[in-house]
Amino acid sequence: MSALRPSPEMRRVLLVWLVLSVIATPLVVILLGPQLPPGAASDAAHGQQQDNTVMTAIVTPIIILLIVYFAYVLSAFKHRAEGEPEDGPPMRGDVSVMALWIGVTLTIVIFLAAWGAYELFPGETGAGGGQGPTPLAIATPADASTALPVQVIGQQWAWTFRYPTYGGVETTELVLPVNRQIRFTVTSIDVIHSFWALKLGVKADAVPNTSNVAFAKPVKLEASTVRCAELCGLWHGHMYAPLYVVTPARFLAWMAEQRSRWSPATRYLPPYATKYAPEPTYRAE
Amino acid sequence: MNAIAADIRPARRPWWGQLGPFNMFTGILLGIGGYFLGALVIGATLSKGINSQIATDQNDMEFVLGILFGVAGFLIGMGFLNYPLARLRGAEPSLREKEEHGIWRYFTLCTDHKVVGIQYLWGVLFFFLVAGINAMLIRTELLYPTEHFWSADRYISLVGLHGTMMMMMTSSMILGPFGNYFVPIMIGSRRMAFPRLEALSFWLLPAAEVVLLASVGAQGFPSGWTGYADLSVQAKLGMDCYLISFALIGMSMALVGFNMLATVYTMRAPGMTWGRLPIFVWAVLATAILQLLAAPLLIAAMALVLMDRIVGTTFFMPFSGGSPYLYENLFWFFGHPEVYILALPGFGVVLELISVFARKPIWGYKLSVAGLMGVSLLSFFVWQHHLFVSGINADLRPFYMLTTELISIPTAFVFLNAMGTLWKGKITYTVPMLFALALFFNFFIGGASGIFNSDVPSDVTTHGSFFVMAHFHYTIMGGLVFAFFGGLFYWFPKMFGVRLNEKLGKLQFWLFFIFFNSTFFPLFAVGMLGQPRRVSAYDPSLQTLNDWVTASAYMIGVSFVVFVVNVIYSCFFERKPALGNPWRSRSIEWQLPTPVPVNNFERVPVITATPYEYGVRDAPAVANMNPTHEQVVAAGG
Repeated sequence: MSALRPSPEMRRVLLVWLVLSVIATPLVVILLGPQLPPGAASDAAHGQQQDNTVMTAIVTPIIILLIVYFAYVLSAFKHRAEGEPEDGPPMRGDVSVMALWIGVTLTIVIFLAAWGAYELFPGETGAGGGQGPTPLAIATPADASTALPVQVIGQQWAWTFRYPTYGGVETTELVLPVNRQIRFTVTSIDVIHSFWALKLGVKADAVPNTSNVAFAKPVKLEASTVRCAELCGLWHGHMYAPLYVVTPARFLAWMAEQRSRWSPATRYLPPYATKYAPEPTYRAE
Repeated sequence: MNAIAADIRPARRPWWGQLGPFNMFTGILLGIGGYFLGALVIGATLSKGINSQIATDQNDMEFVLGILFGVAGFLIGMGFLNYPLARLRGAEPSLREKEEHGIWRYFTLCTDHKVVGIQYLWGVLFFFLVAGINAMLIRTELLYPTEHFWSADRYISLVGLHGTMMMMMTSSMILGPFGNYFVPIMIGSRRMAFPRLEALSFWLLPAAEVVLLASVGAQGFPSGWTGYADLSVQAKLGMDCYLISFALIGMSMALVGFNMLATVYTMRAPGMTWGRLPIFVWAVLATAILQLLAAPLLIAAMALVLMDRIVGTTFFMPFSGGSPYLYENLFWFFGHPEVYILALPGFGVVLELISVFARKPIWGYKLSVAGLMGVSLLSFFVWQHHLFVSGINADLRPFYMLTTELISIPTAFVFLNAMGTLWKGKITYTVPMLFALALFFNFFIGGASGIFNSDVPSDVTTHGSFFVMAHFHYTIMGGLVFAFFGGLFYWFPKMFGVRLNEKLGKLQFWLFFIFFNSTFFPLFAVGMLGQPRRVSAYDPSLQTLNDWVTASAYMIGVSFVVFVVNVIYSCFFERKPALGNPWRSRSIEWQLPTPVPVNNFERVPVITATPYEYGVRDAPAVANMNPTHEQVVAAGG
């Protein structure tokens, strides 16, 4: 068996595979793609959805190949006669088949890696993942300078959101204006948490004494939940907070209300910083 | 009879004569004694007046020293010090201990590699059962979106216990039973290179698992199997159990790796060239390299956390100059090779099985070896893909994305080999073959979902969610556990002289295969829709999917009940004696009598061919079992 001159049986397998793939792959892209998580509620989420679509489309013909091949082989070459089977033909590896196989898998891998790296450029979509304290310029959105900074503070077992450009007020619900770039700086004051806003396509570990930056621009008005995605102890499963994406006017109104409501407490907060070391705790006598 | 043969002749004594000191029971006694010595005498003295112990309501120093002395006592009671002490007193060197007949050798330090293999088999199955019951309890809780059956702390302990116990047990699931039993035979040797280390590597396993289980009585541990600092530093006493048990397993793994490498390098029979080594031995070799190089990192990480907890160091304490990132790097530098420690032996087993049951040579022998070794090598360069959103080294993410995806190339070699071997074969669907074929289906889904995890933008959603959890269950459970059962059904007649019932085996296979997929495939969706791992509370809209998964998981439990019934029925009721070579395999272990004699080979064989020459005209037998002196010399012996 050579890769260039496949046997008639192999030709049949490949033909069935080709037909099925040509039908199924566009269906996956057109029908399944727009349904894939995490949706399109932000630019980052939309980019991830596109990424998931591309990868599902690449995986589809591969899984069809394996299913068609195994289905054919396992039925056609089943030993049906009575008694113990004779030995099969002692075929050994054909170099051209191996070379073709390695070439194809290598091409797919390099394409996937290049595509994934390209998707990390925010000019495209941004990735929404935590990028550490100082993201490279190339990994920062063009409108990062005008982005709304929101600090996400994890602690066992609650989220707090701090808005440094609005007097450093802290809230327990995350409210964001639509169509504006958001710069999340995620930190923790005790153990490792992970800030997961599924609908925004954002996940960034909250590591104590570190600031982890992530960008996203919400484009849909909707309510959802942010959760903790890294095991952080007893009530990890209950560590969530509501997320509302609202119009800019409603955001400003909400913010004014929060500022007046929390002003007695905001005075006693430590000054805004990218990370907070908790006060030393004293044992009660 | 020459001097060596006299030395290794098995002694026959009545069973009460074998029940002398230094067996499992003296081990347990000394272990308990060691615990109290360490905790109440040494630990209590050392920790007296130390502020860090008084400030909290727990005394880690007592507890840790108790466990360490307990483990040491257990090993002394097992008799691991006898030989070194005897040598110090001037005794003659000897290679072997307790190689006698009778049931008691399974409860002692025995240096017969076949006994160690069977010890491993039952040990692994026992802890698989315990950890599997934990999984059922976890799934029971997830029937409801809030806590119903267990309190949050009980639940989080169950999650940690299930994950850690499975990780510790599966590390030796194939290498332990089949590696110890069959690698020496397959290379034509009478023993492992270091028989006492081999026994030690096994007896560390029950010691570690018992220490881990003890955490239940010490308030559990909240950190899952990853044990991220600094959560693990603030955790209660049960955390010490996790740290010590995982370090013990790390030692066991490093010893197994070292021993297997030395055995395969030095103990091969004449004529066993690298090109004739069975694929299973190659897979063990690739795994052994990983174990030897990765496991010490685990021991180091565990030791550093212990020091943070007990003696006031701050390696991982972020507000005292340490860094949790350091732990994440140390842990995953071990942790990613670890997942290939789980996967590679499974590949080795199924490639053997496919060749036997398709009655064809392995299609690309060298390609398989390249695949196994390639995975082994690349697995050291990918660990930061567990940290894509952690904020560490964000600029290096494309590099780790590339290396991770590159691993699919050597893995695809293994798939191509299976496909080529099956082509135009004469396939019989025995139970081992069904398990082997299912591995390729499951592992492909595991691998394809791995593409999503390895891609940074997609990983932002999947990381830390049930998607990842489904992914690694597809590779470990769908890969390793299926390969384990395939290997077990295949080698059971050789190990025990009895064939497992085929009908019950097929029932178990189909139940397991169908409900395994029905359990874990929906979990990809559950994860993508926003359910994080290890939670006891989730979004109520996901309840239907979760209930479906739980029901399917119970059915996996039923499939294992079928297996237990099968073992009892086949061994005690049916007792269908296995023919010498029921699968008509060419492999050398099937050319030996059953049960395999203590010395394996009467004379050291001369290997003359690979075990895969099915259908080759005039192929020589795999080995000359009774070679003349000239033949041995000609083969380079």
